[in-house]
Amino acid sequence: MKILVCIKQILDPDMPARDFKVNAETKEAERGGANLVTNIFCENALETALQIKEKTSGKVTALSYGTDDTEDSLRKALAMTVDEAALILREGDSNPDAEAVAKVLAAAITKLGEFDLILMGRESGDWGVGQTGGLLAEELGLPSLAFVDSIEANDGTLTMRRQTDSGTETATVTGPALALITNNEFNVPRIPKTRDVMMSYRKPLEKFSLADIGLSAEDVSGSSFYEVTDLSIPTKDVQCEFVEGDSIDEKIGVLASKIQPVVAANS
Amino acid sequence: MSNVIVVLFGNNGWDRSAEGAAGTGQRLAQSTGGNLNVVFLGDASKEARDGAAACAASVVVVNQPELAEYQPEAALEAAQKACAEISDTSVVLFGNDTYSQELVPRLAHRLGGCSLADVQGVTADGGQVLATRSAYGGKAMSTYSMKKTPVVLWVRARAMDPATPGAGGSLEEKAYELATPRLTITSRDVLESEGPSLEDASIIVSGGRGLGGPEAFENELKGLATAMHAVQGASRAACDAGWVPPNWQVGQTGKKVAPELYLAIAISGASQHLLGMGDSKMIAAINTDPDAPIFKHCSFGIVEDYKNVVAPLTEKLNSMG
Ligand SMILES: Cc1cc2nc3c(=O)[nH]c(=O)nc-3n(C[C@H](O)[C@H](O)[C@H](O)COP(=O)(O)OP(=O)(O)OC[C@H]3O[C@@H](n4cnc5c(N)ncnc54)[C@H](O)[C@@H]3O)c2cc1C
Repeated sequence: MKILVCIKQILDPDMPARDFKVNAETKEAERGGANLVTNIFCENALETALQIKEKTSGKVTALSYGTDDTEDSLRKALAMTVDEAALILREGDSNPDAEAVAKVLAAAITKLGEFDLILMGRESGDWGVGQTGGLLAEELGLPSLAFVDSIEANDGTLTMRRQTDSGTETATVTGPALALITNNEFNVPRIPKTRDVMMSYRKPLEKFSLADIGLSAEDVSGSSFYEVTDLSIPTKDVQCEFVEGDSIDEKIGVLASKIQPVVAANS
Repeated sequence: MSNVIVVLFGNNGWDRSAEGAAGTGQRLAQSTGGNLNVVFLGDASKEARDGAAACAASVVVVNQPELAEYQPEAALEAAQKACAEISDTSVVLFGNDTYSQELVPRLAHRLGGCSLADVQGVTADGGQVLATRSAYGGKAMSTYSMKKTPVVLWVRARAMDPATPGAGGSLEEKAYELATPRLTITSRDVLESEGPSLEDASIIVSGGRGLGGPEAFENELKGLATAMHAVQGASRAACDAGWVPPNWQVGQTGKKVAPELYLAIAISGASQHLLGMGDSKMIAAINTDPDAPIFKHCSFGIVEDYKNVVAPLTEKLNSMG
């Protein structure tokens, strides 16, 4: 099986809210002292791909559209034991819209060869727009399934399980296909071993310009689908009333007296 | 004049999500001087047909065996064909559910439009569609100017006002020639749950990583939820650990809820969690850490170990009747 995983590098979503600042002019978050990390769902997708490879043999390629900084995310993917990586260097808008990204990824995938399975994260932890995967499936003309949390490959047939509002569904497809990965307890990304981290520097990580994949900056200018016109931090003025009392019994009594009327009104 | 289409799944009936999506569609259509059209994918109940016909100028029920149960490719193609038959469409709205989320970007691409997810507010003044939504895991709010027509969105429909009854429109059944699907959903596993869904609950008792394992969910928190006539929810940390099923998750990548009361037990209040429950009418928390971010969003709270609070609180509430 040849599997390609698209990954995105983002501002660490775990940065505390109190350190979070936005730039009103660029309409983007200020990096400040925060790290750049691989989006968690992309790492779940890498883990899913690696588990398939380990069961069936084959090759896993990681692909990203980003900047020189993004090399770190791709190196980490290689250290997780991905076989090869490709980085398309971004030109123009630093927050390209989902359609622009899908076009770049589609052109890059066509350049890189044929794949039986393409995986992506369900959405990113920064903007969380969650449109790129569906758009990429359309660009490539592939069947796709969202919220997939495990995949089994058997003689070219892929069996995917996905999470729904009310439970799970199982789908089968004969590749090639695209799946958008969500997290579950079985695709927690592995921590690279020291040896694999060293090995990762010997693995191929190729960089491409937009011209290399047959696109120009104008083709993917980045705001012909949508444009962010405002980004702000909402202010919330809530005063928490901490329940006080001399004993825990008294505190619980106060708590119950606050909760009980709501319960009575809604039952 | 430009029209608005609301796409619904027949199987979901005329639920709160359908009402909210139709309401938002109606208000948008009024502001653009166009009509509201409702498309049901799959057969719809009489209640759903009536609900839609009461507020829409036209209702289309795409009723054919391929749509009896959701299949991604059949639903996409049927939606594409039904939308293409309605002229001058500026906005296509979907509710907030798994299938809508999956279809939106693909449908937008096929219709030559643009798309966006998890929209909390949408306007179309002067023909320019603006959509507001959370960004950066709930740390920021953003406004998007949508650049292509039609604008295909899935919205937080349950939190949106229903439509007002209008003139009452036409109702038509349709069926389309659909391509043989490459991908097929072969089985569905619905997790048993008693009572209302999380999204429909008036009171939610949620638990987090601080509970230390599945036992507290099954015992103490279940008892408290019963006493409070509440539905149980959880943080992602608790779901990821496998303590409770994934569909209990509240937050950015879980359910979006807005109950009368949301009680967060041993949940720190990460922005991604708050994104899913911050609009609750009243939020309360039990947490050992007085500096936990959740307390910045609470009307009241108690700084205590949940072990010392949940069981006696349950007893107290039961005794109050
Ligand atoms: C892209 C992305 C999407 C995400 N989506 C979601 C989402 O949809 N929903 C979600 O919930 N999270 C989501 N997260 C994860 C989120 O960032 C947090 O990691 C998660 O919410 C933490 O869960 P928690 O509050 O249970 O755990 P923790 O943050 O570890 O908090 C545990 C809390 O328990 C308290 N505690 C410990 N022991 C006790 C005790 N004995 N009694 C009382 N209190 C105690 C602690 O003081 C602490 O406040 C997402 C993250 C990313 C990056």
